[in-house]
Amino acid sequence: MTRKPVDTGDPDRLYTITGGRSRADDSFDLVTLIVSESGPVPGMQSEHARILELCRHPAAVVEIAAELGLPVTVVRILLGDLLDMGRITARHPRAAPSVAAMPDSALLQEVLHGLRNL
Amino acid sequence: MGSATSELPSHRTPLNDTAETGLKIVVVGGFGVGKTTLVRSVSEIRPLNTEEVMTQASVGVDENGAVATKTTTTVAFDFGRISLNDSMVLYLFGAPGQERFWFLWDRLFSGTLGAVVLVDTRRMDDSWYAIDRLEHHRTPFVVAVNRFDDGVRHSLDEIRQALALPAHVPMVDCDARSRQSGKDVLITLVNHLHDLAIAQEATL
Repeated sequence: MTRKPVDTGDPDRLYTITGGRSRADDSFDLVTLIVSESGPVPGMQSEHARILELCRHPAAVVEIAAELGLPVTVVRILLGDLLDMGRITARHPRAAPSVAAMPDSALLQEVLHGLRNL
Repeated sequence: MGSATSELPSHRTPLNDTAETGLKIVVVGGFGVGKTTLVRSVSEIRPLNTEEVMTQASVGVDENGAVATKTTTTVAFDFGRISLNDSMVLYLFGAPGQERFWFLWDRLFSGTLGAVVLVDTRRMDDSWYAIDRLEHHRTPFVVAVNRFDDGVRHSLDEIRQALALPAHVPMVDCDARSRQSGKDVLITLVNHLHDLAIAQEATL
């Protein structure tokens, strides 16, 4: 797979995908895990359908962006649509999304344990 | 553009269905220092890349279409993934150290556990800016010196001095190509974070 990292060459295309919207749902972190609640249905926008296919198993927002070849902001908009339709659920990161907030030592201990067992 | 519905990549390795919590660690450093190599050496998937495009006045774009006046910032980054256990997944991001990237730091990497500054001793100038920005954003970090085969070998103490790095910031030698070495870098960082958390919890 040697496709271009992200297809940003055509703003019109991105505009079409998002229906002209540029305000993304900021509640989706890069590592929020998305899970489909249903499969794609006929007539659905192709990007929505692809996300539902991709998220049969959990996938992070950033993985979806990479697999679809779309900027993260665009993917956030699409995910907002799917969430509103009740077609996905979002598993948000446990750590508070505030800058400089330290995660607790118990969580870090779990991370350490996981890394050592690799 | 044709429909893309059916072209799902078959080589994708899905996460475990029990995955609940995504975590972030960011590797920053200058061009060519080995960020992608480090990500690749520890990742369970082949590193993927994506972009964040941000229009400087993107909040509240109105129907009148004042789009033409906006400036757009695009930052590309790559990332890998490590499943830590049944529920926790660590995402490792390799990110450039240049100026426009820091403009997006809060948006992309707020809530990150911490950062690894990857240093090439032949181009240490590239690291200063990253260290300064991390301190500014109060993101805890460690410095990993990627040892290339060639060049004069500076000791960690010499490098610490050259970077004006405070004594409390851990430093570690590494070979970004080695999985074990990459693991050790991450463990050094998370150990450091754990110490900081314990110290902070003791004051509560």
